[in-house]
Amino acid sequence: MSKPVKSISTPIRLDYTYAAGEATARFLRGLARKKIIGQRCPVTGKVYVPSAGASPTHGVPTTGEVEVSDKGTITTFCIVRIPAAGLSVKPPFVAASVLLDGADIPMFHVVDECPVEEARMGMRVQAVWVPDQEIGPTLRSIKYFKPIDEPDADFDSYKEHL
Amino acid sequence: MRDVAVVSFAQSPSRRQVLERNEVEILMPVVREAVERSGIEKKEIGFICSGSSDYVAGVPFSFVMSLDAVGAWPPVCESHLEMDAAWALYEAWVKIQVGEQDSALIYGSGKSSMCNISEVLSRQLDPYYMGPLWPDAMSLAALQARLLLETGRFSERDLAEVVVRSRRNAKQNPCAQLAGDLDLDELLAEPMIASPLRKHDCAPISDGAAAVMLAAGDLARSVCERPAWIAGIDHRIEAHDLGVRDLTQSVSTALAAEKAGLWRAPVEIAELCAPFSHQELILREAMRLGEEVKVNPSGGALCANPVMAAGLIRIGEAAERIRSGAAGRAVAHATSGPCLQQNLVCVLEAR
Repeated sequence: MSKPVKSISTPIRLDYTYAAGEATARFLRGLARKKIIGQRCPVTGKVYVPSAGASPTHGVPTTGEVEVSDKGTITTFCIVRIPAAGLSVKPPFVAASVLLDGADIPMFHVVDECPVEEARMGMRVQAVWVPDQEIGPTLRSIKYFKPIDEPDADFDSYKEHL
Repeated sequence: MRDVAVVSFAQSPSRRQVLERNEVEILMPVVREAVERSGIEKKEIGFICSGSSDYVAGVPFSFVMSLDAVGAWPPVCESHLEMDAAWALYEAWVKIQVGEQDSALIYGSGKSSMCNISEVLSRQLDPYYMGPLWPDAMSLAALQARLLLETGRFSERDLAEVVVRSRRNAKQNPCAQLAGDLDLDELLAEPMIASPLRKHDCAPISDGAAAVMLAAGDLARSVCERPAWIAGIDHRIEAHDLGVRDLTQSVSTALAAEKAGLWRAPVEIAELCAPFSHQELILREAMRLGEEVKVNPSGGALCANPVMAAGLIRIGEAAERIRSGAAGRAVAHATSGPCLQQNLVCVLEAR
């Protein structure tokens, strides 16, 4: 009896040239200047960051460019205890939704320089940028967010953005 | 059966590479145009269905981002197919047939410039025997073309004639990527890239999008002066293994054509999705289209081939000619899979 073939390996590699588009390109170029650029929906006035160029609620181009703060509020978070590839921090660490001041939707990032048991909703945080020589048009230009010495945001101030 | 009609159509110009816009940004104006032309308010649209491919986009769940082009608020009834949007139109047609909805928006988009599309298409082959060999789409089509020529039914000159006519027709199509007057003998003097296919026998690599609005019965009549009624629509698939099929015929197209009622009355126009010149010849035979039928007045996929939208564009182009009065009855065709594996036939008519 020949041995059964239990598996075969057929490696797949596909390469892509991604075109970010107008709005995302503005966001990425902003990161290379340590600026976080959002896009305003012309119908609702809401600021989306990052934006793919369309208002997700109204399907119209987000034409207005808005610089938002690199400070914000944690709206929700979790504590990650398993390692994953490509992360800038070691577990356990805090993964959080951060509502940047001036934005209407939170963005996801990691929080460091913070004992994980201290993470909480409403906590004020600020972006920590990578060293100048590593800055580029990528979200990796923000190394992580760190807590700042500001009183917690009032729940009412972010309850619409959960 | 409920009466369902195409009431509007919009498409982006097809370009070799749209660097300045992502898929959502290409789709947005197309979707808006189709909805505005339909006369149906966006909030009244019953169902939204799209076709696109994560493998082409290189992004998981890319269709979720594409939905931003519609603006899904208040929440919408939506579905997506990892296929040409012609099949999304079929799903929407079924949804309207069962009486759940009276209207539907269908859109499809593809940016083939972002990937090596010929390699990406090889990933739809079976993963054990053919996939690991990475046969690109052009090589597989060339195997089919060789078999077809060996039957003696067609010559290389017939292939080139398809190209000459397609490019000439495309001169009237502002969204076409390739158009112009070509010389038959000059084409035949060009080198082969995968014999017996030459570069012009293969559809171009395209970035583009298209959208169609469907409406049922009285709604269609109230918003559209001359709706393009779907007289019949059907799709059929053949075996996955290329070796068990007769590649020189398209039995799935013939069966879909029969089920769609193509032969109940003559058609004046046929929009066929043939990404390779020889495939148009196979399709014309399968659908029994005579010399009197004007094939691909738009130029067809050989002149603009945004994958995942090219089939829907055939339906849209045929419907536009009904709505404008240029034709009374037309047939549109879409294809999926290697070497015309799966085929959809849609018969449209004025009433």
